[in-house]
Amino acid sequence: MQNYLIEIFGSEIVAYILATVPVLAFIVVFVLFAVWLERKVSAHMQDRLGPMRVGWHGVLQTLADFLKLLQKEDIVASANDKALFNIAPYVVFVTTLITYTMLPFTSIFIGSNADVGIYFVLAFSGAVVAGILMAGWASNNKYSLYGSLRSAAQIVSYEIPTALVVLTMIMLYGTLSLGDITTAQTSQFWNWGIFGGPVLGIGKILLVPFMFVAFIILFISTLAESNRTPFDLPESESELVAGFNTEYSGIKFSMFFLSEFANMFLIGAILVIFFFGGYNSPFGYLGNLLGIEWLIPIEQLFWFLGKGMFFVFVDMWLRWTLPRVRVDQLMTICWKYLIPYAFFNLLIVGLILLI
Amino acid sequence: MIKNYLKNTWEGLYTVFVGMKITWKHLFVPSVTLQYPEERAKLPERARNRLFLNYNDCIGCMQCATACPVNCIEIETVKGIPTDMPDPTSKGQKKALWVTKFDIDTGKCCFCQLCVFPCPTEAIYMTDIYEYSEFDRDNLVYNFASLTQAEVKEKQDNFDKFQAEKEAQKVAAAKAKAEADAKKAAEDKAKSEIKPSDDEIKE
Repeated sequence: MQNYLIEIFGSEIVAYILATVPVLAFIVVFVLFAVWLERKVSAHMQDRLGPMRVGWHGVLQTLADFLKLLQKEDIVASANDKALFNIAPYVVFVTTLITYTMLPFTSIFIGSNADVGIYFVLAFSGAVVAGILMAGWASNNKYSLYGSLRSAAQIVSYEIPTALVVLTMIMLYGTLSLGDITTAQTSQFWNWGIFGGPVLGIGKILLVPFMFVAFIILFISTLAESNRTPFDLPESESELVAGFNTEYSGIKFSMFFLSEFANMFLIGAILVIFFFGGYNSPFGYLGNLLGIEWLIPIEQLFWFLGKGMFFVFVDMWLRWTLPRVRVDQLMTICWKYLIPYAFFNLLIVGLILLI
Repeated sequence: MIKNYLKNTWEGLYTVFVGMKITWKHLFVPSVTLQYPEERAKLPERARNRLFLNYNDCIGCMQCATACPVNCIEIETVKGIPTDMPDPTSKGQKKALWVTKFDIDTGKCCFCQLCVFPCPTEAIYMTDIYEYSEFDRDNLVYNFASLTQAEVKEKQDNFDKFQAEKEAQKVAAAKAKAEADAKKAAEDKAKSEIKPSDDEIKE
């Protein structure tokens, strides 16, 4: 993709800037859609209808809300730390956006198929903490500070089970690059991570239950990292007004909002890449069948977004099913349950792979 | 201890799935909400909403205004004259009064329905209209009297004239009676004066 753009424009800088445009556009469109979907899902799970007025079943509701948000006054309180307060939403959004460079949307559109892949993603999704702490501290508001501290504690704690499971998967695939991990799961769906990945023979059957455990651990810990219910302590509305983004309004608030939903898709994408074959189709491609080569990337994009959206939907589903956990329960889940299970899983998967 | 630990893990996961099953089922339950301006809940049979007066049936008896605990009904009437009586009600009751003013201030109305029961002609009753908010408080006063200002004046003048005529007639009648009485008295007097003469004649 980048090489193609470099050929057209003859300049690396222009090509790289242009390569981010589809990702940014995707994030904005996805957020508009996901917010609508979230409201619809929550409404229907509570036997309501949700937004129904703007467009067909309210599809344009989020667009209208977004336009309203853009027109809002950008309030900066006099006691705020101006510099940090202004920079924090961009830090949060940019760190989330950067992780998208590593995602293989299709076989031809990968921002960067770097060898550090998942390591980079983990590093930058951890760096979101910096932005959140900035926002909470600079707001000079006790609720914001509480929210950001909780967020920091939560993200740092849940990095550990995430990293352990990621380590397990790296052992399985033997690479850190997300593009290579996806290509390792090509052809049929039994090559997907959840079914033991590219391993063949008896090991594959032995691996399946442990892959399933790994999947559940990764799902829970990444859900906690994206600060969503049942782990939405940083912005628990009933206790902390709105957590670290209490003092924000207008475009800066929408930055936090964008990054939260972008993060939701990101964790879905990570799960898909590790366990559900990334952009690979489970049934083979229509493009191969018909002999149309340009159809394959489109199908891959469809599968990738479809699987990602499914996990976004599961996130929403969980959000409207489970109540928020307490802080001590949050820490118990992480330190007493997820980490030991992740360790044992790592050990056993390692043993199976050695055999 | 390890058994308890595993049990906790299993219950943690299992209960999540139970909850997810419930929410999944509810995802397909038809919604219980109504899209309000288009769909409306059916009102109960005896729902009390905005008052309405069937002006043609009102006989101006003031019973509703008397019954009203918040005095939101204002009625003024003028008596009809025999040559210009209001038409009878739809049920044939005769009307003796022109209702020149029948205002209901719905801003004051407390929807107690106490005005509805005493009405002898069932002219005042509750409708099923419940959306009548206004930007101006004065618009909440509903005028049901359909007589124009000029008509009201005419009725009033008619009645005054009739009253005056009646008064004049009364006066005239009284005068006539007085005259007649005087005449009779005079005649009687004359008779009594004459009578003795007759007696004298007889004697």
